[in-house]
Amino acid sequence: MFANSKLTAFVQRWLVFAIFVLVWQWAATATNNVVFPTPLAIIGRVQQLWLNGPPSRLFLGSGINTDVLPSVGRLAGGWAIASVIGIVLGIALGLVPVLADYASAVLAFMRAVPPVMLVPVFLVLFHIGTPMQLATIVFGSIWPVLLNSVDGARSVDPIKVDTARAYRIGRVRWIVSVVLPAASPKIFAGLRINLAFALILMVVSELVGSADGVGYQITNAEGTFDYRTMWAGIALVSVLGFVLNRLLVAVENRALAWHHSTRLLEG
Amino acid sequence: MRKSVRGIVGLLIFLCLWQLASQLKLIDPTFVPGPLQVAGRVGQLFGQAEFRVDFVATVLAWLIATLAATAIAVPLGLLLGSLPLLRNATSAVVDLLRPIPSVTLIPLVLTAFGDGAQIKIILATFASIWPILFNVIYGLREVDPLFVDTARAFRTSRLRTALAVRLPYVTPFALTGIRMSAAISLVVIVSTEFLSNSGIGFGSFVVINGEQSGDIPMVFGGVVVAGILGAAVNSMLQGVQNRWFSWVGKAA
Repeated sequence: MFANSKLTAFVQRWLVFAIFVLVWQWAATATNNVVFPTPLAIIGRVQQLWLNGPPSRLFLGSGINTDVLPSVGRLAGGWAIASVIGIVLGIALGLVPVLADYASAVLAFMRAVPPVMLVPVFLVLFHIGTPMQLATIVFGSIWPVLLNSVDGARSVDPIKVDTARAYRIGRVRWIVSVVLPAASPKIFAGLRINLAFALILMVVSELVGSADGVGYQITNAEGTFDYRTMWAGIALVSVLGFVLNRLLVAVENRALAWHHSTRLLEG
Repeated sequence: MRKSVRGIVGLLIFLCLWQLASQLKLIDPTFVPGPLQVAGRVGQLFGQAEFRVDFVATVLAWLIATLAATAIAVPLGLLLGSLPLLRNATSAVVDLLRPIPSVTLIPLVLTAFGDGAQIKIILATFASIWPILFNVIYGLREVDPLFVDTARAFRTSRLRTALAVRLPYVTPFALTGIRMSAAISLVVIVSTEFLSNSGIGFGSFVVINGEQSGDIPMVFGGVVVAGILGAAVNSMLQGVQNRWFSWVGKAA
């Protein structure tokens, strides 16, 4: 019964997706506009650009090296740096509420700054290249995980605080084995938002100053009126975001299995 | 009250350190100007009529985009939240549309809709639909079944249950979504102005008069104006939420 309803849900979901693609195919064929190619044409271009390699390389073509890998590398690097700094700073601020109060106005302001506006500043500071892109990604995506970590560290159950104190648990152990697990659901929620921001900023930083990557390819294709390649780039970004989000959710489900089961027990 | 005082003190400390670092040349003042220089620049900017017009254009575009996103996402969220079948069926399409960064679509929207204020409004609306949509769906799921059952036991009509039980429950969630969306749409609008060079809006003003002539203090002035605007709107919406919708604790 369970497997069956899961299957039905799966079919429902992808059936509507298939219909969506079919309607798009039909509409694009009917209007025959260069700017809006059909999904088949876009898939064809994707295959031509990135999936033209031999079967021994899983069909991955050489385009992967110049378009996809640099982007994924920057995204992962920027996201990881932002996450580590965000979690460490956030937990520290969350454990010392007075400090968090002092930082609140500065954080509220920093978070509201559109990161794209700082790209010119990062450009003069770091020049064109990966460090400038990493700086953009880190600055733009650090806030969700930082603020969520502050919230998470503050939400430790008072009973746990008292128990830990009664057993005279050391400071480091207290942070690692009580505060971090208690904060982790919030931290993971922050990491997901963080990932979405990092993806956006990866593309932005490549639109502005880069010689490779998906973002560069999209602007380049637009400049040469190559709309199929532009759409292929957009599709690639979408799939990349989808896959990375799914991966993170899978990791979250494993890491937080204990949390979900206790929630079930509590009702 | 003490929290906000501490926040202001913290901000002042931050500004003093920044000024000191710039005065002592710990950070190169030609790349990162001190706060006094930036503040002077912001004052100058608002003295220029051209900048004021651009500023108003940006704020207007942002207001329209946020309202449009609310008008689309709230009814859509209510619909998807009340019909699990529909929600499940559309989830694959939504999951693939959502991660598309709206800035990626700038070239596309530019070619399809021509350049003008409509581009940034369309992109900002697209980007800011999602938080409202998901918060409304989430809020509907959180409605206490006891209340719904009580209403049903009293034979309250479906419409009245929706208006008097579900809606009050969902409103704080929707408001949280709108607050997130307001921040996102401001970022998208300024970014679009910045990247598409459309000539209207204060993002373009900063690009044309600041970046292209290498005037970094002016770029920082723009950054500060955008940051203050965003923070002000956020705390305003937060205030509305705390003042009038505090009955459902703190929404996600």
